[in-house]
Order: sequence, then C-alpha cells, then structure tokens
Amino acid sequence: MMANLTIGISDLKVCRPPDVLVTYALGSCVGICLLDSVTEVGGLSHIMLPDSTQATNGAATPMRFADTAIPMLVNEMVKLGASRSRLKAKIAGGAVMFATTSDRFNIGERNVAAVKAALRKEGIPIIAEDTGLNYGRTVFFYPQTGIMEIKAAAKGNKQL
Amino acid sequence: MLKNYDDLSPVAIDCLREIGNIGSGSAASSLSEMLGKPIEMKVPAVCVLEYQQIIDTMGGPEKIITGILVRLQGDIKGMMMFLLEDSFAQVVLSTFMNVENVQVTSLGEMELSVITEMGNIMAGSYLRALSTLTGLTIDMDIPSMTVDMLGAIMSVPIIEFSQVGDKVLFIDDGFAIDGVDIKSNIILIPEMDSLETLMKKLGVL
Repeated sequence: MMANLTIGISDLKVCRPPDVLVTYALGSCVGICLLDSVTEVGGLSHIMLPDSTQATNGAATPMRFADTAIPMLVNEMVKLGASRSRLKAKIAGGAVMFATTSDRFNIGERNVAAVKAALRKEGIPIIAEDTGLNYGRTVFFYPQTGIMEIKAAAKGNKQL
Repeated sequence: MLKNYDDLSPVAIDCLREIGNIGSGSAASSLSEMLGKPIEMKVPAVCVLEYQQIIDTMGGPEKIITGILVRLQGDIKGMMMFLLEDSFAQVVLSTFMNVENVQVTSLGEMELSVITEMGNIMAGSYLRALSTLTGLTIDMDIPSMTVDMLGAIMSVPIIEFSQVGDKVLFIDDGFAIDGVDIKSNIILIPEMDSLETLMKKLGVL
C-alpha cells in the first residue's frame, strides 16, 4: 500500500517506496528532497528559517532551520539505510509572496541561500531546483523515481 | 511582561475581540460606501488561534485566497492581513470594472490594483477605528496583495513572527453584499511590545 506522508512546516520525514512525501503550499519556506537512488531511501524537510544560531531558542526546534534540519534529515535517512555519499538534492520554495518595497526580510532568498550552504557542508549536490519568484508551491517527492513534482496555483504542474 | 499570546488573560482577549468587532464594522462600512451598496454585517467571531487552526478552518493549505498584507508602524508595530475568498474579488470587480466570473489566479494589473485599493481602504478604516478607540498612533505602509495558496500566504506571518509564538488574533468576518455572502478573515499580529502598549492603554494589563 502506498502512503502519502505529509510534512508540515518545520517538520521532516523519510521513507522508502512506494510511499510518497508531500509538503503543501511552500511560500517563503524551502522544501529539501534528498534521495539515495540505490536504496531508494528518500527524505523531505520543510524549513522556515535560515539559521538556528540567530534564534533565541534555536536548539529546541532544529527542524525549523536550514542549518540544523538538513543534518538531521541526512541522519534519519542513514538510519533507514541510505548511504551518505550517494545523496542528491532537489529543492523548491523560497518565494517572495508579497512584493513590498519595505520587505526588509526577503526571507525566501535567505532560506534558499542557507539551504544551499547546508547542503554544500554535507557534500550533497543539488541536481534540480525550483526556487524564488513570487508564488506558492506544493511539492510531491517520489523516492521510487526521484521525481520532484511541483504544483502551483497559477502555473500548473511540473516535474523535476 | 508579555512574551506571547498565551500570556493574555481572558479579559485581555475579550478586549481584543471588541477591538476586532469595532474595526471590522468600520472596515465594512467603508467598503459599503466605496461599492455604493448596502452591506449586511454578520457578527464577527474573534478568537486567538494557532496558524494551523486558521489554515484548517479556512479550507486547508492549498485553498486559493486573496491575501492583502499591511505592515503597521507607529505606536503599534506589526502586521495585519486580509484573507479574502473568491466572492470578494468577484463583487469588487463586477462593481468597478463590470467584469463577471473572473479567474482570480490570473488577474491583470488593473484588477489587482483595484482589489489592493479596496484592501487599502478597509485596512485604513480598521486602523482609524482602533486608533480612535485607544488614542494610539497607528500608521500603515502601502498594502501589497497576492492571490495564491493559503498555506503559502500564511507562511509570511508565521516566519516573521516565529519568535512570538504560533498564535494570532483571528477575526472571522462575514458580510453580504447584494445577497452574496462574502467571507473575509483578518489576522492581526502586533509585535509583543506593541501588544503590551495596547493592553496597558486599554487598562487590562
């Protein structure tokens, strides 16, 4: 039986086929899909902020931040049988939802940068991405095929 | 000192509820004036909810919503956001531009600015009511809007106010124009020290 495992905000999950990983409506958050294509162990993390060291109580919520969630996701996948050295990444999200002149935060862009830095640190290459711009994205990740499917309200679906 | 919304007493929450009522009434009457149509107000439900509860109540993360974001400055700093269902855009666009059954995910520049302007007027009137009631100065930035998935829109306040907690003031604000029910929801997120200022001013802290 195939199950859709839903990953909420500041959450991460790992699975093997035929299960599918889903995270709904990424805005400025970033979804990170990792796969070891040999063992078909997949993982998806939905981060909302770049850096746990900038937060007052960052250690309490490691799945919230790019710098702490990604190592945690890797460890969970290794526990399920994945090989660290074979992991490849596809990422999506990091939009700027509201185009305001006073957007001091531009958190979407900072999230994407932090995700890339954290993946580089883990030695994981990014083989596809659909990031930035100004719209929300739902992500389906199929560990069996390695396909990351993006659904967006006005842009239709695409597979990466 | 207030740290997050969980620290609010029941009296303080009642007080916020009343502010929500007054603000909504005022916003709805300016909308009525602009549209030149009578508006039938329903009694707004005002509550302190978690973001996730708001998303669930309103129809799930993928529901398409018009979001209008207004940043607040002055004595009250923070964010206010209008979350409007399809029917709102339809009524506004049919009144001002004579277009019916618009596809809200593919609006043109003109349509977008008409809807943003409606949001601008409603937010201004909401905040004037709040300001008159409290004697506090509240300024707002020019609003910006988007039509997208509810979850993606909500990620903006969730991220910006993640240090404050996962609860916000949620105003469920139904009204009817020309017999068409319009669901409009407002979330109001003052920064914590602004909330404290507000509560002190109202004498409930």
